[in-house]
Formats: sequence, structure tokens, C-alpha cells
Amino acid sequence: MNIVRNHVLISIDAGTLMSGARAVEDALVKEIVKQGLDKEVSVLETGSIGITGRGVILVVYPEGIYYADVTPDDVPELVEEHLLKGRPLTRLILTETPKRTIITKEKTGLLKEQPRIVLKNCGFIDPENIDEYIAAGGYEGIAKVLQTMTSEDVVAEIKSSGLLGRGGAGFPTGMKWDFAIKTPGDEKFVICNADEGEPGTFKDRLILEGDPHKLIEGMLIAGYAIHGTRGFVYIRGEYSLSIERIEKAILDARAYGLLGKNILESNFSFDIVVMKGAGAYVCGEETALIESLEGKRGHPRNKPPFPINAGLWGKPTLVNNVETLANISEIIRNGAEWYKGYGTEKCSGTKVFTILGHVATPGLVETEMGTTLKDIIFEYGGGIKNGKTFKGALVGGAAGAFLGPDMLNVKMDFVNLKEYSAALGSGAILVMNEDTDMVDMLKSVLHFFKHESCGHCVPCRLGTARLVELIDDIAASKAKKEDIDQLLEITRVMKDSSFCPLGQSVTLPVSSALKYFKNEFMSRVTS
Amino acid sequence: MYRDAILKKFDPRLDNILFILHELQDNNPQHYLANADIEKCADYLNIPYSYVHGVVTFYSMFSLKPRGRYIIRLCDSPPCHLMGSESLLDYLKKKLKVDVGKTTADGVFTLEITSCLGICGVAPALMMNEEMIGNLTPERVDTVLEERRQTS
Ligand SMILES: Cc1cc2nc3c(=O)[nH]c(=O)nc-3n(C[C@H](O)[C@H](O)[C@H](O)COP(=O)(O)O)c2cc1C
Ligand code: SF4
Ligand code: FES
Repeated sequence: MNIVRNHVLISIDAGTLMSGARAVEDALVKEIVKQGLDKEVSVLETGSIGITGRGVILVVYPEGIYYADVTPDDVPELVEEHLLKGRPLTRLILTETPKRTIITKEKTGLLKEQPRIVLKNCGFIDPENIDEYIAAGGYEGIAKVLQTMTSEDVVAEIKSSGLLGRGGAGFPTGMKWDFAIKTPGDEKFVICNADEGEPGTFKDRLILEGDPHKLIEGMLIAGYAIHGTRGFVYIRGEYSLSIERIEKAILDARAYGLLGKNILESNFSFDIVVMKGAGAYVCGEETALIESLEGKRGHPRNKPPFPINAGLWGKPTLVNNVETLANISEIIRNGAEWYKGYGTEKCSGTKVFTILGHVATPGLVETEMGTTLKDIIFEYGGGIKNGKTFKGALVGGAAGAFLGPDMLNVKMDFVNLKEYSAALGSGAILVMNEDTDMVDMLKSVLHFFKHESCGHCVPCRLGTARLVELIDDIAASKAKKEDIDQLLEITRVMKDSSFCPLGQSVTLPVSSALKYFKNEFMSRVTS
Repeated sequence: MYRDAILKKFDPRLDNILFILHELQDNNPQHYLANADIEKCADYLNIPYSYVHGVVTFYSMFSLKPRGRYIIRLCDSPPCHLMGSESLLDYLKKKLKVDVGKTTADGVFTLEITSCLGICGVAPALMMNEEMIGNLTPERVDTVLEERRQTS
């Protein structure tokens, strides 16, 4: 038997592939063979480890050392120094980020423990290998459910966990499942919303790329709980690697009897197919998504009826976000009480945030609900890049809220942010430094809305067009003070009369930008 | 005909329409949905031409105009905007001598803008056909364009 002395994990995701991860991997394998180390050192692929913008990332175990910006040219030196001579190659070591990764924490025991529930396996297992998922405790949740729990038990457990939907609105998941179980129907569907289009959000992509089986398991448990018959994963068309990985995972799960008829020899049958979107932000809205799945233009539907009563092809349909579903198996395995041990009283568990903009290390972070904005930016995001100071953040995507420096101590969760007229939304945190022009940022937000308004209803179609005219004038210092008031007035009307939440939500970025950065707007207009 | 071969891969059900349109467009040498593509799709699914046309115009990944070999979709959503996408757009326009939505004279590049691509960790970013490219600077844009020009 060979004893493997070192494992080298190479992170393969859309970002690292872009930086040439395959070339580094090839060089690594060749060099290891050349040095005669192939019996002692194994190279494994894994998903994203949550660090972006630092090129190709490698982690060498058992030391738990991270290397960043690795190129094929670095490989011979790295293999010789670290793997042959046991001397870590300092010039490539990633120094500023280890707090992000539980792996380092476990290995060194130095850092404050960070919970990893959703991202537990991301960057740790090979996402294309079902056996690794199983070895990490995967599919234990569905096995437990099938052997020991009724559908009602499952719903009760999820309800009691306090899990809130991670798609943006924070609707209680258990309650939604409860509605679904109580709605009669011979056929019921589970849709996983992987349309992820909120600017600044890429957590669902990294879950899909890094741990696709976790999503399948979550959907299986949801299907069992609501007496569902079929599942659909609706993924935005741009996410090719996500589509590839989830499709492979579905095939493997089928081959293991984890999808299809009589799963694990029980009476429960369920299967999943992947559907591909084609570029429309509004299709992330659940009823528009259902229209799109049915093969139509993605216009939102009237609510009620809600999808849970009449969704896909008029049948009862449960729609949940990727991250919501990725929490399920862990809650089932460890119990609702365990889950409630994380987060705040009203918002249990963790949240996967994306931190980006002017931070030192943009990327993904999973931390407890209720962590302060300051900790997320300064502890996990490495602080503001180039020694600049913090000016503000846009939290929750384009449909989110701007926050000023006096909000740094705000606790980030669904309930708390609402009290400050802000929203957690998708968990995107766009950080802006002192040099940022806030008028220009709001302009970009409003252009986004104009571009993505589906045109179905008048208030949003005309409203977004008018907002863009106004903000363009303000940004060009061609506007009057009344134009600022008009901005607010239009969003107020849109909030009351738009057909769907897209048009209704524009008020949030506009009112918050004016709340925290009013002076900047005033200095651009004549009175 | 290659179009019939594509259609045969899918059951003639309406919910397959986006898959079908994606494949038809990907296999069209000019990366767009021509009248012939839309007609074929409509016949296959037994629905009116106007219906398919309506679906095509709704989604930003579909084009009704012929496009170049490489479609550049530069993201201009707030995170990429913050990191400088606007000046990159100007740079690209100047460099390629085209406006947004247009194709270069040699038929190699089409310039488009898009909303967030989900790779904002490496903003500013763009997609070039299926490939995601981030951490863009004018120099990086130059390299990328040059590489593509040589392979075409
Ligand atoms: C314009 C718009 C875009 C949305 N985009 C998404 C999205 O990309 N992903 C998502 O999960 N939910 C999105 N939502 C929310 C969904 O409508 C829905 O609430 C969610 O998928 C429910 O899942 P959850 O209960 O697990 O949060 C969007 C809503 C609106 C109004
Ligand atoms: S509010 Fe906007 S996105 Fe929603 S239906 Fe109306 S036009 Fe379409
Ligand atoms: S904002 Fe440009 S990729 Fe997300």
C-alpha cells in the first residue's frame, strides 16, 4: 500500500479556470511524476475555496498551506521546495486570508471557529466524485428521513430550525413546506432557483460548482417532505460549469439509486432535471421562472395564486433557492436544535456572503447570521484595499440598500436589517472606498433596473426609463434640486403600483443612497 | 440538415424551447437565430412563428442579428461598474472601432454589454463566448483580443 504523504488540492471553478488552473494542474502532475513523487503525493481537484481574484489557488495538506497566483512556471520550484524538500515556498503563500477557511482553522487550531454548514464540503472534496460526498456524510440525511421520519416530521424539523429562505426575501422555509404538504395534488414539483442574477452575487454558483450533491440531497428531502414527484434545477444560461457539474451529479446519483424509482428501496420516487435559462434577471422571480420553465417569455404572474398552490403547469410547486436547499441535509442530520445554535434568535444558521468591490480579498464567506458588517469586511474581506477608508456598502445587490459608515456595526441578518430599512437580500456586499462617486453608483444601479425591467407593466417600464434620465442629468450636473425629489417620488409610485417585486424594489437603493449620501447628490444640482 | 439533427435530440415539448434555441444559436455559424432557425423551431414544436420570435426577443442571450465569431459580453452592473467597466467599454469601442451591439468589419468580434455574470469577485469581467474573463485592464483586453484574432 502506498502512503500518501501530501495532498495537493487544486481549486477548479470558473474563476480559477479563467486563470489557467488546468495548465497548472497538468504541470503539477507532470512535475510530481518527474521528481518521482507520484506515489507519495496526490493531486486532487476541488471546487472553489472561497477566494477569488487571486489566480490559481492550491492547498497543500497536511500543512494546510495556501498558495495563490500559481502559474505553470512556478510549479517546478514549488514541487522541489515544498513537496521534495519540505520547505514551503514563501513567495507564493497566501497570507491574508486563512480566516476564511475552516480547513486552516482545523489544521492549526489558531483561529476563531467559523461555522461551515453550507460550504462544509466546498474546497474540500472533489465535487465530481459522489463517493467523496458520501464519505463526508453525504446522503445520510435522506437515508435518515426515509428510514425514520414521516413527511410531517421533516416539515416540523425544518420549521423548528427557523431556516429562512436565502433567495432574498427571507420567507420561513418550514412554513412554505407546510403549505405545500397541505395542498392536495397528485403531482407536486420542487424547483431549485439557481437563476442567480442579483448583481454581486455568486454564492449559488460556487455551491453548485463545489458541492452539487448537497443540492440534490436537499431537493430529495424537500421532495419527500411535500410528497413531490419531480424536481427541476433552473440555472442561468451563463453558468456552464454549474450546469455540467449538477448534470454529472444527477447521473451519478441515479446510478447509485439515490434518484429515480424507489429511492434506497423505499416507496419514495423522485427525479431531477436541469433547465437552462437564457439571460433575464426577472426570471429569478419565482413566477417568472415558472413561466420560463414552461417555455414562455419570463413575465411574472399575478399572485395569488402562489406557486405553492398553482405553479408549474398549474400544479403545486415549491420554489427554493440553492443556498436554502443546501442547508437542509445538515439540519436533518444534526437536528433543528443544533442549527439554532448558530445565528441570532430570529435568524438561525449561517449566511453565505459575497464580499466584493474595494476589499483586499474579494470572495465568499460563510458566517453566522448576525455577524456585523464591520467584521465581514475587515475580518474576512481583509479590509479596504490599498489602505483607503470605508465610505459605504451596497448590501443585497442592486435591489438592496446603500449603507454609510455609521452602519458598520449593524448586525447582518434578515430581521435586523429590515429595522434599518435595509435588506439582506442575496447577501452580496459591495464595498466602496473614499474615492467612490455615490451618484455614479446609483446611476449604475438605475441603469441596471431599466435594462432588466421586463416591460410587462407601465409603472416599471416608464418609471425605470424616467429614473435613468433623471440620474443621468444629476450625474452630469445638469439637474435641479426638484429632480432629486422626483427620483424619490417615482420610486414611491413604483413601489405601490408595479406588478412585481422588481419594480417595487427600486425604492430601496434610491432612498438609502439619499439617506446616507444626500450631500453628494445636493452638490450636483442647482436649487 | 444539421438543424434537424439538433431538434431530434429533444422531445417536441414547449418546455424544451430554450434548450432548442440555445443549441440552434450555438450551432449557427453566425451565432444568432436566423429566420430558418425560428421557423424550424416553430414547426417542430407546432407553435406559431410569432410565438418563438417573442420568446427569442425576451432573453438577452439570444440574438436576431448575425454576430461575429467571438461575442464579447462586458458586464456593466454596479460591482463591475465600480471596478472600472465604463472606461473598459470605451476602450473596447475604440479598439474594435464598433459600438455596442455591432460586429467588427472583419467579422471576428461582436461587442455587447450584459448584466452581472456572477463572477464579480474578479470584476471588471466579461464573457467571450463560453469563457469568463476577469480582472480586466486595457492590457489584458489587448492580450485577449490578440489571442483570439490569431486563432481566427
Ligand atoms: C426580480 C427578482 C429576482 C429574483 N432572483 C432570484 C434569484 O436569482 N435566486 C433566488 O433564489 N431567488 C430570487 N428571487 C426570489 C424568488 O422569487 C423566490 O422568492 C425565491 O426563489 C424563494 O426561495 P427561498 O424561499 O428559498 O428564498 C428573485 C425575486 C425577484 C423579485
Ligand atoms: S414590475 Fe417591472 S419586471 Fe415586474 S412585471 Fe412590471 S415591468 Fe416586469
Ligand atoms: S457585476 Fe459584473 S460580473 Fe457581477
